[in-house]
Amino acid sequence: MKAPPFAYRKATTLAEVFELLDTHGDGARLLAGGQSLLAALNLRLSSPQILIDITGIPGLTGIKVANGTVTIGALTTHAEIERSPEIAHMLPLLAQAAPHIAHVAIRNVGTIGGSIALADPAAEWPACCLALGAEFVIAGKTGNRMVHARDFFQALYTTALGPAEVLTAIEIPVPAAGSRSAFVELTRRRGDYAIVGVAATARMDGDVLNGVQLAFLGTDQTPVLAKSAMAEIEGKNLSPVLIAAASKALASDLDPGGDAYSTAATKMHLARVIAGRALAALAA
Amino acid sequence: MSAHMDRSIETTLSVNGTPTTRRIEPRQHLIDFLREDLGLTGSHTGCEHGVCGACTVRVDGKIVRGCLTLAVQMAGKRVDTIEGLSDSGEIAELQRAFHERNALQCGFCTPGMLMAAQDLILRHPHATRDEIRDHISGNYCRCTGYQAIVDAIETVLKAKAVATDKRR
Amino acid sequence: MNADKTKPGYIGQSMPRANAKRLLQGRGVYTDDLRLPRLAHVVFFRSPHAHARIVKLDFTHARAMPGVIAVVDGKAVEQYCKPWVAVLAHLKGIKSAPQHAIAIDRACWQGEAVAAVVAESRAQAEDAAELIEADWEELPAVVDMAESLAGKYVIHPDLGDNVCFTRALDTGEVDAAFARADVVVEETYEFGRHTGVTLEGRALLADYNAADNALTVYHSTQAPHMMQDIFSRHLDLPEGNVRVIAKDVGGSYGIKVHVYPDEMATAALSVMLKRPVKFIADRLESFLTDIHAREHKAKVRLACTKAGDILAFELDDMTSIGPYSVYPRTSGIEGNQVVNLTGGPYKHQHYRANLNVVFTNKNVTCQYRAVGHPIAVSITECIVDLAAEKLGIDPADFRRLNLIADDAYPYTSAAGMKFEKLSHHQALDKLLALMDYKKLRREQAALRKKSVYRGIGLAAMIEVTNPSPAFYGVGGARISAQDGATLRLEPTGMVTCMVSVTEQGQGTEGIFAQIAADAVGVSIDKVRVMTGDTGTTPYGGGTWASRGAGIGGEAVLQSGKVLRAHILEVAAAILQQSGEMLDVRSDAIVDVRTGEVKLPLAELGRIAYFRPDTLPLDFQAELMVTRHYTPRGYGFAFTNGIQASLVEVDVDTGFIKLLKHWCVEDCGTIINPQLVDEQIRGGIVQGIGGALLEHCIYSPEGQLINGNMAEYLVPMASEMPDMAIAHVVTPTKTSELGAKGAGEAGTAGAPGAVMNAINDALRPFKARVTAQPVTPERILRALGRV
Repeated sequence: MKAPPFAYRKATTLAEVFELLDTHGDGARLLAGGQSLLAALNLRLSSPQILIDITGIPGLTGIKVANGTVTIGALTTHAEIERSPEIAHMLPLLAQAAPHIAHVAIRNVGTIGGSIALADPAAEWPACCLALGAEFVIAGKTGNRMVHARDFFQALYTTALGPAEVLTAIEIPVPAAGSRSAFVELTRRRGDYAIVGVAATARMDGDVLNGVQLAFLGTDQTPVLAKSAMAEIEGKNLSPVLIAAASKALASDLDPGGDAYSTAATKMHLARVIAGRALAALAA
Repeated sequence: MSAHMDRSIETTLSVNGTPTTRRIEPRQHLIDFLREDLGLTGSHTGCEHGVCGACTVRVDGKIVRGCLTLAVQMAGKRVDTIEGLSDSGEIAELQRAFHERNALQCGFCTPGMLMAAQDLILRHPHATRDEIRDHISGNYCRCTGYQAIVDAIETVLKAKAVATDKRR
Repeated sequence: MNADKTKPGYIGQSMPRANAKRLLQGRGVYTDDLRLPRLAHVVFFRSPHAHARIVKLDFTHARAMPGVIAVVDGKAVEQYCKPWVAVLAHLKGIKSAPQHAIAIDRACWQGEAVAAVVAESRAQAEDAAELIEADWEELPAVVDMAESLAGKYVIHPDLGDNVCFTRALDTGEVDAAFARADVVVEETYEFGRHTGVTLEGRALLADYNAADNALTVYHSTQAPHMMQDIFSRHLDLPEGNVRVIAKDVGGSYGIKVHVYPDEMATAALSVMLKRPVKFIADRLESFLTDIHAREHKAKVRLACTKAGDILAFELDDMTSIGPYSVYPRTSGIEGNQVVNLTGGPYKHQHYRANLNVVFTNKNVTCQYRAVGHPIAVSITECIVDLAAEKLGIDPADFRRLNLIADDAYPYTSAAGMKFEKLSHHQALDKLLALMDYKKLRREQAALRKKSVYRGIGLAAMIEVTNPSPAFYGVGGARISAQDGATLRLEPTGMVTCMVSVTEQGQGTEGIFAQIAADAVGVSIDKVRVMTGDTGTTPYGGGTWASRGAGIGGEAVLQSGKVLRAHILEVAAAILQQSGEMLDVRSDAIVDVRTGEVKLPLAELGRIAYFRPDTLPLDFQAELMVTRHYTPRGYGFAFTNGIQASLVEVDVDTGFIKLLKHWCVEDCGTIINPQLVDEQIRGGIVQGIGGALLEHCIYSPEGQLINGNMAEYLVPMASEMPDMAIAHVVTPTKTSELGAKGAGEAGTAGAPGAVMNAINDALRPFKARVTAQPVTPERILRALGRV
């Protein structure tokens, strides 16, 4: 399966990128890690005219912590996040999720910006960003704008990114003291796309969970904050009865479709199970 | 755009330590470039969509999927293939362990598997059997059922640990 | 074998294979690694429909694309390649329709090639193929096997119905046996079709030399001589003008022993275009067109007494194949084996089986590693466990009551299979000790109290190996069941060993070197083995049905013994001594009693080849010997084995953890224990794939919906267990070597063991699974959780 022919330009500045996007419009694709894009091209699922390689643009990598915010450059690879001591310390949810992303060779090249911009429903980072209340820094010809994760993931493979915009960074507020996180994902084999998964955070105040965030992946067409389930738990003592109530409430939050291996009912069941496990892990 | 347009880009990269300059069509992935243009047929493709791991090679010290890497992206980078790792002696112990344990049968997954194994040995010298399995979980082998491969890698890790202890 | 008592022979030793070195260095030569002058590449334009008439194909735009050499349809290729019908005389009543190298008029499965583009590069050929314009008239697609059998729509009207093959077997008195039984259990098992997923895709490079009217085909195949015959007959080339060379093969498992229309088309294109043409199946087309296998629905009944004696088995098996029986081995064999092997390890006298093999508009199916065994063993062992449960008898004990006694041989099974000598009870004893069965049962009981659900599953098996001509030859197939080995002493004392059995990584070349070294009396580093080339090896069958060691090995042994004798004749002539006073040991002629070196073999070689003038006038050295071997006496050399699986089931998610796996196998004389054990391990994991993960999923419209590596799930390292292997050794007396086959044993028994283990884990919930692959959803459904 050989990719169809395309042109290639390695951009050195964002301005160059915007110019090329202007020129080529729909016919251009941004190339960052390329772990999804190049597979799609090899499978001849699309035929762009030009790939604009953005990996050489300075200022889009790196993990910085300042003023209560962790800023992750969009070109930061999954492996860099996995190995980062700052992330392990400040945003353990990301460290918990990273090893689930595909395999080592993919993580060495794939980027967090690419994952978020593609917004695969089974991807790990979008759900984590939702759970952590991330904001995305989006650059356009006329300047930057910020979009909160809750507004960013709109429909299947559809985000708030405009056609001539580039995601440049992810800003995540440092969780409050006493915060816990858990990441649970079900796959048949290590590294597969998630059947269902959940990114969970909360503050533990004694036996009570506060600020509970449950963001599901692999159930719906975008990552979903399970608000009804969260409401059941919020500010209460965690107990099996409460977990059961939250799991039941998921029916209002999630609307899974079936796939080749699991019906919608199975996915819903599995979502309930992992919700319970994630909550138990938070409280452990 | 006309399909006849020559989009080739002159690209200089290092292959197994040798500076190499070629005109490369942008769509050509790294494995096809290595195999077709440089005759380095030790690297293989098995799926061309990044799942099977047969194409695992090393770029700037990190293992990557060669089928999900454009050769033109390798400008200024160092690519190490199985031929390089083998001829330099870097993986001699690993090859010996694989050979003695019969951790290969048809050999088609082996170059990629050795790449992944060597990456583990360099980065996780204290890996457990489960961690070994985890690290090679992206490399499909149909022949061995994986146990012999895990055994061979474990043998090398243990020998290195003993050698390290002896040096202390 | 080796008379020197101070040095053990190579036969029986676990030693690394010489031919693995190049593979470890990336210096293997697989078919796609070859380059020839003017090499062209072919890409096939494939039907997007499961069943459609080809109304029109327009190649105008495709032909104008850069690098394109030719764009052809089925009619053009038919001028160079005759169609075939895959039937064999001994499968009574089997029928199929003619199949062309490239389909003409009608495509019968999604992925069937209807045109070919030849270009200077694969990429250019793909670019051009996208511009082929095709008009289709979609036809009804027969996808469901019950519907196919019902025959409301017949795929090939000339055949009258959709039935490829049926078989009925009846020992008689089956109903009486069921009538007098205390317990009758019945269950229906389903198996999803799946495929081999060789990491090296199918690969063929055809090189036609117009001046010589000669075709050389570099082919990633298991059976080069079979292919030589087929290229010769179908491309109308004299047999001696066709040479097939199998270079390194990146996995085959039966997938590469069949005739593929796109491969035949590639060879035809080389003849047509008078230049080398290469075809490498990419992963997507592999899923669409590599043979699939094992789609069955089998209803099984077992009758037994309350004491636990099995009285009878009854089987009703239906399997769906593609729209054509596959050439030349036919797609009736797998179902036929299921009939032959169900109930196989047990001593019941009564058995009735019915088989229906039906055509569908899905990909073709044919023999894939352990052909039919995974089905037969799964259904047998699962119904046996069900009976044991009904009677409250431990599954191991139930088997002990019913396995054929170790001293009952020779024995003919209820299905008519003739066993020379098996060791079911010894194997069971060994297995239970190896796994510490009682300890596992105690642990299981203790963990159940903590809501941890582990299961232990057993699967006893018999396997078909070393097939005689009874398998294919008697049916009229030009498939050789005999093999030959040519051993040549080189002037420097090395031994070249050319064998007609082939190598795909299992280690045939390794064991042939071990046997040759022992047989001749040389050290193993002096032996070079060559296989896979019809131009240089004796004529033979290649690799399939676990025949390499038993048949190829015997040919090597016999040839080596004769070469040794001839060497001694030369030595006697040189040394002017009786050959009986001499022996060949460790690369030298030695005194047979004292071991004193009389003459290095290198010196003997020098004299024989370069100074024969110094030898007696009437003496001619013959230092190249060929011997062949045909398995006779038994239709197959049956082996036996028994496997066990230990699993843990997460009853909330339906996910399974494979904790451990065991196999005790009796494959007769073992030439290289490590290679045999590794074959078994690889086979087990391949079987686990079918049991838990692998499924070619078709939509009701006949579209393969998961034909890629992300959605078709093959076993990967993290989920697979460690496997303990042990052996009982019962050599076959039909050969001097005594080796039976072992290559498929792992795959034969693993699915049954795993499914039994899962059902054992679910026992407290009175839940059972009966369909493979056993997905989490199927477990959750059985538990009533979804």
